[in-house]
Amino acid sequence: MEVLLGITGKDFTLIAASKAAMRGATILKASDDKTRQLNKHTLVAFAGEAGDTIQFSEYIQANAQLYSMRNESDLSPSALAHYVRGELASSLRSRKPYNVNLLLGGVDPITHKPSLFWLDYLAALAPVPYAAHGYAQYYCLSILDKHHHPDMTLVQGIKVLEMCTDELKRRLPIDFKGMTVKAVTKDGVRDIEFNDDKVVKCA
Amino acid sequence: MSSPFSINGGACVAMVGKDCVAIACDLRLGLQALTVSNNFPKIFQYGDVFLGLTGLATDVSTVSDLFRYKVNMYRLREERNIAPSTFANLVSSSLYERRFGPYFVSPVVAGLDPKSGRPFICGFDSIGCIDFAKDFIVSGTASEQLFGMCESLWEPDLGPDDLFETISQALLSAVDRDALSGWGAHVYIVEKDKVTKRLLKGRQD
Repeated sequence: MEVLLGITGKDFTLIAASKAAMRGATILKASDDKTRQLNKHTLVAFAGEAGDTIQFSEYIQANAQLYSMRNESDLSPSALAHYVRGELASSLRSRKPYNVNLLLGGVDPITHKPSLFWLDYLAALAPVPYAAHGYAQYYCLSILDKHHHPDMTLVQGIKVLEMCTDELKRRLPIDFKGMTVKAVTKDGVRDIEFNDDKVVKCA
Repeated sequence: MSSPFSINGGACVAMVGKDCVAIACDLRLGLQALTVSNNFPKIFQYGDVFLGLTGLATDVSTVSDLFRYKVNMYRLREERNIAPSTFANLVSSSLYERRFGPYFVSPVVAGLDPKSGRPFICGFDSIGCIDFAKDFIVSGTASEQLFGMCESLWEPDLGPDDLFETISQALLSAVDRDALSGWGAHVYIVEKDKVTKRLLKGRQD
């Protein structure tokens, strides 16, 4: 029941991930951060099998940072998305494939265009204006279909995100302990204050 | 339903006309019944040759990247573009290399022979068996619907404009009867020294 959400707007990409670290039916931690920053303008959120998620995302994070240090320039979000897809695709046909679903969001360091990539454990890559992973897809994509606009502001983006999390609180059978929310803009990655304590009554 | 060929959905069709060929695909990417993206083209251009790939989305990307690499290497070695029939044999042998762990794709190749200008289309199964055709090739989750539409709409020696109309109506009608395909289409009309790419909106439900 891990939740990953991503929304792009006029000049930003929002990435949100649930705070609950779960093992079976037990919540081990209520302040988990399921995101890693690949470079100044790119962020990934990940969910999937326990060990695989951290191992894979920190592997690509290390390689993205190595590239930035060697070349004194960052890869664009699109370039990183295709690199990550390549790594996941070769893992898919190995003896023990990584079982990780990812959302990769960022802002192009040159054009300042925001972008978001949806990537599942089969390494199917899709550039999208908004995305979700897991059960959240069934609840949130229809809300985003109706309320998303390609040139909305960050404040509007956070409002739509809140509509999504409200619906998840209303419908998901297990508490996901709120969301860590981060925004990528041309100035880099920024933590967003998000009210997790809001109580949503069931319909 | 859990066959790798029908997890993500998608459709592709190629047709022969008079001194021209057409190839078209839908734009849907889904996970079973859930649509994830309506901007996932399945036709790739390598010089003068066109490759359509339906099937498992991860393999569509992997195989299209692989052939981009192979065709670029061919162009550097030979200092000319690859011919459609040569490319078809490259696709066949590359797929058969993975005989016992195949890519889950059904490729379609379309193009005009650079020497004679004759239209060339063919299709493949996932392990590289070539299916040559004088009329049309279909692939994807809407292949049965596409066979029906092509059988009734296609006729020999269609000009570029009529061929565009024929292939577009065949694809749009076919994907409307398939839950896993649709959400817009790309149509390429290939003539001598001219390629026209059109984006069809299609039904968005």
